[in-house]
Amino acid sequence: MALSQADVLAGLAEIVNEETGIAASDVQLDKHFTNDLDIDSISMMTIVVNCEDKFGVKIPDEEVKNLETVGDAVNFIVSAS
Amino acid sequence: MTKKLVVTGVGATTPLGGDVASTWKALLEGKSGISTLDKDWIEKYEVPVTFAGQAAVPASEVLTLQETKRLDPSSQFALIAAREAWADAGSPEVSPERLSVEFSTGIGGVWTLLDAFDTLKERGPRRVLPMTVPMLMPNGPAAAVGMEFAARGGVRTSVSACASSTEAIANAITRLQSGEIDVVIAGGCEAAIHPLPVSAFAAMHALSKRNDEPEKASRPYDVNRDGFVMGEGGAALIIETEEHAKARGARIYAELAGGAVTSDAYHITAPDPAGSGAARAMLSTLEQAGATIADVVHINAHATSTPVGDIAEYNALRRVFGDHLDNIAVTATKSSTGHLLGGAGAVEAIFTVLAIHERVVPPTINLDNPDPEIKLDVVTTPRKLAEGPILAISNSFGFGGHNAVVAFRSYEG
Repeated sequence: MALSQADVLAGLAEIVNEETGIAASDVQLDKHFTNDLDIDSISMMTIVVNCEDKFGVKIPDEEVKNLETVGDAVNFIVSAS
Repeated sequence: MTKKLVVTGVGATTPLGGDVASTWKALLEGKSGISTLDKDWIEKYEVPVTFAGQAAVPASEVLTLQETKRLDPSSQFALIAAREAWADAGSPEVSPERLSVEFSTGIGGVWTLLDAFDTLKERGPRRVLPMTVPMLMPNGPAAAVGMEFAARGGVRTSVSACASSTEAIANAITRLQSGEIDVVIAGGCEAAIHPLPVSAFAAMHALSKRNDEPEKASRPYDVNRDGFVMGEGGAALIIETEEHAKARGARIYAELAGGAVTSDAYHITAPDPAGSGAARAMLSTLEQAGATIADVVHINAHATSTPVGDIAEYNALRRVFGDHLDNIAVTATKSSTGHLLGGAGAVEAIFTVLAIHERVVPPTINLDNPDPEIKLDVVTTPRKLAEGPILAISNSFGFGGHNAVVAFRSYEG
């Protein structure tokens, strides 16, 4: 069963907060991981792996570069779940 | 030395306390920071030594969750100590290019490395944290401290086992004397109370096995000493040129009068029994300080509580100081703190600085039956030091035949 967009956003926000200290409320669909949230590539890889564990999906390395915004990541996870 | 150098800030987190004030108070009260380890790995791996000197205040109680996730425990201790020292020095205003860091560790990020190997074996390479490399590298603590205070005048890590952070302080002298740098954050840290290092040190019979009396296990100079006790934590000193310190109206604890490094080239772990390398380091330090042996009133000895090491250091001391050694108040503070390995020298440098600044020598505990072969005036209850100009040295020696010594002098303005 596919996860809801709201559930994935809330779960992703929690992971981002734990990894970077960014407030969960700042993790919104239109935010760019690099330009808006200032998340570096090392943190991004940790976030990706934690998302795989949390949502039970596989996010291939070649896909990660396409996940520029929080919305990109949420939509990918929803469609892969 | 051409420029006078001074200590203007100190910071530490140790088995005795989470900062310098609490550590120093517990030290003067003759407390022990050593206790039984409440860890499931002790039983799981049948680790033969069941105690150590754990940080009195866990780093996780001081740092943010993100800091603890992105820094190895050794770097966490470094950051805590450096922040305290920097604040204690009055947060000096210094040009980033004229601020440098000399911060050591003996072992580096051993928890990170071994946790990552466990992750690899259990969950595969994709689950190995991307931060593993910067967390495990031995220069990680120095780099973390450098970033925190925007030090752009060079950030270095000297690794020489248990002499590491005394060597860091000696290196600070060179940087400051070069004229390129005004302020150095110097120190050391260690976080190696992990089943592998504990088992490895135990395998070489370096550790005390006094499992039923942990607080009595670290007993330098006692006839019943049976090895050292591992400790963890970090310590940092802010060292600057007198000119820079005075210009900003800084409080000055003591003068960093000299420091020297020599090597034995004798044996990978055993000290040269004649102590000639250690003696050369002490003499060279005194020469740099423009002092004679008669000027030394206090020694914070390396004295780890191993049967061989304490004697070798005594031989070196006798060789350097001759009969004057009988007039020197010697202390072995590892009796209280345990042995912080790469952090030990910086912790003991702070104790030496405070001994001079407050004119009181902290005690050596657990010296119930002094070894008759070691004829030293060991301080066992806090002892006042005389007024007037005084000089003290702090010794550190490490596996690999490393000898490092620093000297501090009362600051007379």
